[in-house]
Amino acid sequence: MMKDFAMHIMDIAQNSVSAGASEITVEIFESERTDLFALTIRDNGKGIPADMIDKVTDPYVTSRTTRKVGLGLPLLKQHANSTGGSLMLDSAEGKGTEVRATFGLSHLDRQPLGDIAGTIVLLAAANPQIRFVYKHSTDTGSYIFDTVEVNQMLEDMSIAEAPVIRFLREMIEENLKEIKISG
Amino acid sequence: MGQVKSLADLRKIKEDLQVKMSLREKSNNPESLVQVKVAMATCGIASGAKQVMDFFIDEFDKRNIQAVVTQTGCMGYCFAEPTVEVTLPGQEPVVFGYVDAKKADDIIEKYVKNGELVEGIIPVNYQTIEKK
Repeated sequence: MMKDFAMHIMDIAQNSVSAGASEITVEIFESERTDLFALTIRDNGKGIPADMIDKVTDPYVTSRTTRKVGLGLPLLKQHANSTGGSLMLDSAEGKGTEVRATFGLSHLDRQPLGDIAGTIVLLAAANPQIRFVYKHSTDTGSYIFDTVEVNQMLEDMSIAEAPVIRFLREMIEENLKEIKISG
Repeated sequence: MGQVKSLADLRKIKEDLQVKMSLREKSNNPESLVQVKVAMATCGIASGAKQVMDFFIDEFDKRNIQAVVTQTGCMGYCFAEPTVEVTLPGQEPVVFGYVDAKKADDIIEKYVKNGELVEGIIPVNYQTIEKK
């Protein structure tokens, strides 16, 4: 069981990293008006073969060889279903994959968001060769974080330097507060 | 309420860092740095690997140790998550299991600084279920 959305994001984004993506987009859309919370993770990695796509939410299906179970997508699906939402997968081999999960925003079983800012920055710091884009929209407004802009500002400095990581985490947190994201 | 931080504020951080870095020894060769890989698959994440990674990044910075902290996938030691692989310059990698902030602190103080081994090492001859 994942305790919050930040953990799901870290987990599913690792699939994209393993799929050789050079660009990963994490998108959250939430609206109190429609009581919807949607998480979308999109990448331009190698995609999931057509004969695998229906099986990836089966815990006993995984492309890895170090162990026989893969729980990332099944856990996300279970979480979505428990709040009246669902999990949708769209993938084309050689083009990329999109994972989209919807949740009942006010449902009691919807887990909290957790440290999403820290998670996005850690992913970016650990995978500097990958472009990470994070979009978050609420009824109040929206915020976009893009590592391409960060790297333009940093020039030859690494995004993985601790003070940079700390700054980016605070910057994202403050901006998310501005658009009043839910807890 | 103060101004919300924006990327423009990053310039200041960058300039401060450049000053600090020019004082450091010029050792851009990753082989000469301490390397830490935190296992971040479903098993690791669910056991708190992110907090461990945050801890290593912050503490190496505070204690002025030059290190590279990255993520890796599942190494097959799901029972012992969070696990980290630590490679000291010129040495074989060592995998530590059941790492939390306290263990991570031990790893930095004892292993990284003095080369002393700490409890919770996963033997290298341990085989995962399908070693291929």
